[in-house]
Amino acid sequence: MKIDRRSFLSFAIGGAAGTALTPLPWKLTDDMSIWSQMWPWTPVPARGAVTVVKSACTLCPGGCGINVRKVDDRVVKIEGLPDHPVNDGSLCTLGLAGAQLLYGPRRVKTPLKKVNGRFVAISWEDALAEVSEKLSDLRAKGGAHTVACISSSDRGTVAELLARFLRVFGSPNFIRMPSSQDAYEVALYLTQGVRAIPGFDVEHSDFVLSFGSGLLDGWGSPVYLFKAHSQWRDQGGKLIQVEPRLSRTAAKADQWVPINPGTEGALALGIAGVIIKESLYDEKFVNSHSSGFQEWKRLVIDGFSPEIVSKVTGVKVTVITELARSFARANRPLATGGRGKGTSPGSLKEVLAVHFLNALVGNLGQKGGSWAVPEPEYIDWPELEMEQAASTGNQQTRIDGAGSDIYTHARYLANRLPEALLTDPGYQPVQVLFISEANPAYSLPDTTAFKDAVAKIPMKVSFSSYLDETAELADLVLPNHTYLERYEDVPAPSGYPLPIISLVRPVVEPKFNSMHTGDAVIQLAKALGGSISKAFPWDSYEECLEETLGDKWESLMEQGYWVDSEYEAPGWSEAFETASEKFEFTSREISALGNYSLVKPEGDEAFFPLVLIPFDTMRLWSGYVGSPPFLIKSVEDTLLQKNEVLVEIHAATADSLGLGSGSTAVLTTPKGKARVKIRTTEGIMPGLIALPRGLGHTANDRFLAGKGVNYNRLAGPVEDGATGHDAAWGIRARLAKA
Amino acid sequence: MSTVDEQSKAASGMDEGHIPQGVEEKKQDGSSATIILFFVFGFIASLIVGWVVFPKLLYSSRPQPVEFNHLVHNEMVDEGCESCHFFREDGSYSGVPTLAQCIDCHEEVQGDSEAEEYFVTEYVQRYREVPWLVYSRQPPCVFFPHSAHVLKAGMDCVTCHGSIGESESLRPYEQNRISRYSRDIWGHNIAGISRNSWDRMKMDDCAECHQRENVNQASVQTKRGGCFVCHH
Repeated sequence: MKIDRRSFLSFAIGGAAGTALTPLPWKLTDDMSIWSQMWPWTPVPARGAVTVVKSACTLCPGGCGINVRKVDDRVVKIEGLPDHPVNDGSLCTLGLAGAQLLYGPRRVKTPLKKVNGRFVAISWEDALAEVSEKLSDLRAKGGAHTVACISSSDRGTVAELLARFLRVFGSPNFIRMPSSQDAYEVALYLTQGVRAIPGFDVEHSDFVLSFGSGLLDGWGSPVYLFKAHSQWRDQGGKLIQVEPRLSRTAAKADQWVPINPGTEGALALGIAGVIIKESLYDEKFVNSHSSGFQEWKRLVIDGFSPEIVSKVTGVKVTVITELARSFARANRPLATGGRGKGTSPGSLKEVLAVHFLNALVGNLGQKGGSWAVPEPEYIDWPELEMEQAASTGNQQTRIDGAGSDIYTHARYLANRLPEALLTDPGYQPVQVLFISEANPAYSLPDTTAFKDAVAKIPMKVSFSSYLDETAELADLVLPNHTYLERYEDVPAPSGYPLPIISLVRPVVEPKFNSMHTGDAVIQLAKALGGSISKAFPWDSYEECLEETLGDKWESLMEQGYWVDSEYEAPGWSEAFETASEKFEFTSREISALGNYSLVKPEGDEAFFPLVLIPFDTMRLWSGYVGSPPFLIKSVEDTLLQKNEVLVEIHAATADSLGLGSGSTAVLTTPKGKARVKIRTTEGIMPGLIALPRGLGHTANDRFLAGKGVNYNRLAGPVEDGATGHDAAWGIRARLAKA
Repeated sequence: MSTVDEQSKAASGMDEGHIPQGVEEKKQDGSSATIILFFVFGFIASLIVGWVVFPKLLYSSRPQPVEFNHLVHNEMVDEGCESCHFFREDGSYSGVPTLAQCIDCHEEVQGDSEAEEYFVTEYVQRYREVPWLVYSRQPPCVFFPHSAHVLKAGMDCVTCHGSIGESESLRPYEQNRISRYSRDIWGHNIAGISRNSWDRMKMDDCAECHQRENVNQASVQTKRGGCFVCHH
């Protein structure tokens, strides 16, 4: 027998024939097709018992209720809480992506201490001991007032605990991060005599005149606004957007009124002038419930005729008169102020101009109008026992100057911090700085100045759950639980017209070695002893919260929120607590602040011929919480391409600079420079450059850091003459080919 | 030109003529037997590979992490399978029990079996969930609700799971190395032949019953069975 090539062929043919009679080919085919459906990297839902926990979202000031879906102990989905008065089952993209802030890589896992410029893990015991030793040392040396705290909010128990700690310790330096509420609060106080929160019943309005408010870009309580917008659509309501750029809100509005940036207040006064001239205002309100109308009327009619206003604003005279007529003749007109998401205070005179429009049409405290929502009053803790050191400390001038002779009306002036810290002679005015739920090193204008200023503070303590830009500057990071791991009260959603409190509650056990900031404060107070310890009679934050909320606790635990649904704004005869007991168009105090004038952007026009303005979008967040990875993924390529940000400029402006769409340019402002890509559009006033807020992080996680440019690195504050708040709406800039 | 062609034809004819006719035939006879033999070799070898070697190679096999006697447990409980494999309040099915259920009785070591001691010290006392290997788990692309089958259609556990409730030990878990499925889905018979309703759980087996019972058979897409009854 000779084995040759044919034998092998025969063997193979026999093998093939035999194989066809076995299950092998059919089974392999089946297995391989199934293998292609079972890629190991395809995410598969976890198995286990499904539960849903009612809680509240703290990621923006919107105060939405949430339903958190869990499989066993794992959060898998966050949805809106049905029937919650603010968001009724809906939720925004940031809220939906919240689980990534619990499980994502930006968490601080344990207390950290900076040693030789690097963070090392330390125990809670050591970390708190270090802070309390420094504090008692400072206090003994008479430096109690050199402790400061920056917080995103001054409402709710956590912020109040921090403020109480500072007060009883002996420091007046509790500072709230800036927002359009700052200017609104002063406006409400000056005109109505009330310490209140601005609220807007947009839901029931049928004609909203928005002076740059990004009503659909995250202004106020975003989901509440989205729902209101759908309601207008169904019921024939109108939205007019006054803004230099075709924002998403402008695109969805019934009318977009392009305007020269920073002149919105002038337009509001121009519209007021037409309403007065044509006697279209609410006579009952103006005649019986207001004071100072005649003087103000003269100012408006003389100084802000449609012709003058048209020249300043770039809005045609016919448009101004048309707007005035349709606004005043609408059933329930409402004017809103605060640019974009309302993260910057803006000029008081501008806010007043907008507020006066609401007064003219008599919508104050009315359905669909502008409301002064009372400050929440449920936090009623025992009186403080003030030791000598505490009283002396609290009498010192605040580091930011708020409430001083120069800045009488301001309560907080975070924008003045860098200046105060950098120019102070001789001694260091802040020895210890606490930062809670805020990221000023990213969110305050002129971040470089803030970083330089903070570097001078000997001890910076961050309570951040995330390693953000400010936490990176800190000497100690005492990580708070995330909002899905803790209890907290969320009062007064931004811009919402009714008094409401929502309850944040732990959805899962804390994942890492974090501690509730409320508990950290209570423990610090106990360590300091004496009257400080006595001011915090609770064993834990949870005990403090339950006791504080009292009879509301049960409803909060059951429903997830408590709302004063019976609340009705007081009638015009009782609403105003001014000297005249009326709404004041002018008063001695208001007149003392000077007339309306335009806020000029910083920079020399000859050197910086263009103006850089920021804009907001729902897909990018620029407050304490930076956009989670899901949101970054959703950013459109008209804003971000790979890691490069696109700036919008008018096609004609681009032509004159010789810049084509898609080309790279260097953007320079008095504060810094950055490489940007050009996107030309017709949807912006010529001479402007628009840059989205919320990019250009250097910290947090690799999904967020290193993408685009932070507007606040290129911008700086412009002090409002009336209040000291940051009134800047942009900054002068230059674009050159890269 | 034509002359050259003719010449070359003649030359090739002459070449063929040189090979002796008889030798060629003899060689073919001898080699055809060999060829058939090799064919048979190949045929038989492939049958052995296909029916015997291939199933052994295709599946990996590992024991369950902990020994378990269904029979003993079944005798001690009141509600049969549902005592441990129960439906939650929301109608979802709890599946394989978690430590929380075992711990009621097994907080301390019971009896003197080594397996029991191992279970209590390794899992119960350390609060570690037992990573049970589930024989009948359908792949992630299938949505299989027990509630629809047991609570609504009133099917028995045995229909799909056989007599596992009477077993005294757990057989090794076999997993397909390619598809990553449990072997129970295709069935233990490599040819895919099933004698009992619990022998296989492939899509055809589901479809057979779904068609018979007319479960959402009016799909717009397929004009027959609805894909999305089971698939996401």
